[in-house]
Amino acid sequence: MGFIAIKRLRKEFLERRSTRRKFNGPGVEQGQPLLVLDEIDLECKDGELVCVLGPSGCGKSTLLRIMAGFDSKTSGSVTIDGREVNGPSSENIFVFQHNGLLPWLTVAENVGLGLRHWKDEKARDERVQEYIDIVNLSGFEQHYPHQLSGGMQRRAELARALVVSPEVMFMDEPFAGLDYLTRLKMQEEIINMHEYFRKTVVFITHDIDEAMTMGDRVVVMSERPARVKLDVELTAPHPRDFLSDPELSELRKSVYHELGVHHAL
Amino acid sequence: MNVERLRDRVLPVLVFVVIAVLWQMAATFSGWSPSVFPGPLATAKGMWELIANGTLFMHSVASLFRVTIGFYLAVLVGVPLGMILGRWKSGQHMFNALIQFLRPISPLAWIPLALLWFGIGDKPAIFLIFLSSFFPLLVSTITAVNHINSLYFQVAANFNFSRIETVFRIMLPAVLPQLLPALRISLGIAWLVVVAAEMIAVKSGLGYLILDSRNALRMDFVMDAMIAIGLIGICLDRVIVQLNRIKSVSWGSV
Repeated sequence: MGFIAIKRLRKEFLERRSTRRKFNGPGVEQGQPLLVLDEIDLECKDGELVCVLGPSGCGKSTLLRIMAGFDSKTSGSVTIDGREVNGPSSENIFVFQHNGLLPWLTVAENVGLGLRHWKDEKARDERVQEYIDIVNLSGFEQHYPHQLSGGMQRRAELARALVVSPEVMFMDEPFAGLDYLTRLKMQEEIINMHEYFRKTVVFITHDIDEAMTMGDRVVVMSERPARVKLDVELTAPHPRDFLSDPELSELRKSVYHELGVHHAL
Repeated sequence: MNVERLRDRVLPVLVFVVIAVLWQMAATFSGWSPSVFPGPLATAKGMWELIANGTLFMHSVASLFRVTIGFYLAVLVGVPLGMILGRWKSGQHMFNALIQFLRPISPLAWIPLALLWFGIGDKPAIFLIFLSSFFPLLVSTITAVNHINSLYFQVAANFNFSRIETVFRIMLPAVLPQLLPALRISLGIAWLVVVAAEMIAVKSGLGYLILDSRNALRMDFVMDAMIAIGLIGICLDRVIVQLNRIKSVSWGSV
C-alpha cells in the first residue's frame, strides 16, 4: 500500500518582520503571508514513481516536506492510505538532498537505523547486509560516510530507506551534486529498484530528461504560488528513448514549454 | 626510524636540554645564591629527595584527586545542562545573560565564599575547580548543540527515535567533535586553578607543596613542584587528545 491523496493543499509562510519596511521588495509586505502552495490536488497511486518538476523556488520541496510530515500545512489534506499525515513516520522514508547519513555511524550502522529495535541480532545483520549488497556497497560496511563518494553516499541512504520496507519513499533531488555519469547510473538503479520493490516513490527533480526517463507519471508545477500545471502518465516501457518515440518527444517538448523554455533543446 | 620521525622526537627533547643549559648558566653567573635561584642540578637533587621520601607522589595524587572530582562534576552538570539549553531556545535567551555575567568572574574570586561555605579541606578546592571548568563546558556545549545540522533531527524523527534516543544517538555524537577541544581546554584550566586552590585551606597537593617550600625557603622544591605540574599537565592533555582518535569521533575533523 502507498496511496497518496492530496486535496486542496495550501501552504502560507509568514514573512518575519526582520528588516525595516522600506527595504521590502515589490509585492512582499512584511508580516504578510507568502502563499507557496495554492490548492494543490494530486494523487499518487500505489507503487507509482511520480516525478515532480518545477522551476526552482516554486515550492516543490515544501510540498514534499509536507507530504512527509516535516512541515505543517495551512489548509487542505494530505492522506497516505486514507490516514492523515500528522508527522514523520518510518512508514514513509525521506531521502535527503545530501548529508542525510549520520556521519558518526558506519554504513552498516546507518543502514541498520530503522531496524534498531529488532531483537534478533543475526537476522538484523543479515537484512542489513542484504540491502547493502542490493545497492552494491559490499565491502564498504565498516566505512564512514565521509570516506565514500557522493554516489555511494546516495546509495547507502537508499539502502537505509529500503531496508525498513516503507510504504512511500520521498526523494528530494537525491542526485543533486552528482556528476553526469554517476547520475545516469543512479537513475538506472532507481528504475531497477522500483521495478523490483514497487514502492510508491515521489521524486523531486529539476531535470526534465531525468523525469521523462524515470517517471511513471510526471507532474509539472507552476511558479510560486505553485499549482499543478501538467499531470501526465507515462506508459512507455523502460528503457525509454524519448527522442525517437514521437509521443514522448512531443510530451517532452510541451514540458519544456510549460517550464518556460520555448526552443526545446 | 625515518628522518621525519627522528626530527619530531629528538628536537623537542633538544629544546629542553638547551633550556636546562641556559638555566644552569644563568644560575651560575647571576651571582644569586642557590637558595634564591637554584640551577637545574640543585633542582634535580631536590627532586630526587622528594621522590625518594614519597612527598612528591603524595602531593601529586592529592592534586589529581581534586582535579578529577571537580572536573567530572563540571562535565556531569555542564554538558547535560548545555544540551538542554541548546535545544530549549527560550531558556537559552533567559539564562544567557546570567551565564555571561558569571563566566568572567575568576574562580579565585570565589575563594573567600568557598572557604566560608565549605570550610577546611578538599571541598572548597573541588568547588573552585568545578567553577573553573563548568562555564567553559556549558558555553561550548550550548554552541555545539546550536550548530547540529537540523537534518539529523529530521532523520531521527523519520526513523521514530524516542526523546532519549535522540539525545544519546544524535545529539551526543553530533556534539562530541566540538566538545573534545572544550574538554581539553577546561581540563587545562582546572589544572591551573588547583594550584591556587591548594594554597588555601589544605595541607596537601602540589600548590601546598609550593607554598610550604617557600615558607621553608626551599626554592629547589618550589621548582620541583612546578616541573611536576608541567609534566602532569602534559599527560592530562595527552589523555584527552587520545579521545580524538576514536573513529566515531574523528568524522568531525574531516
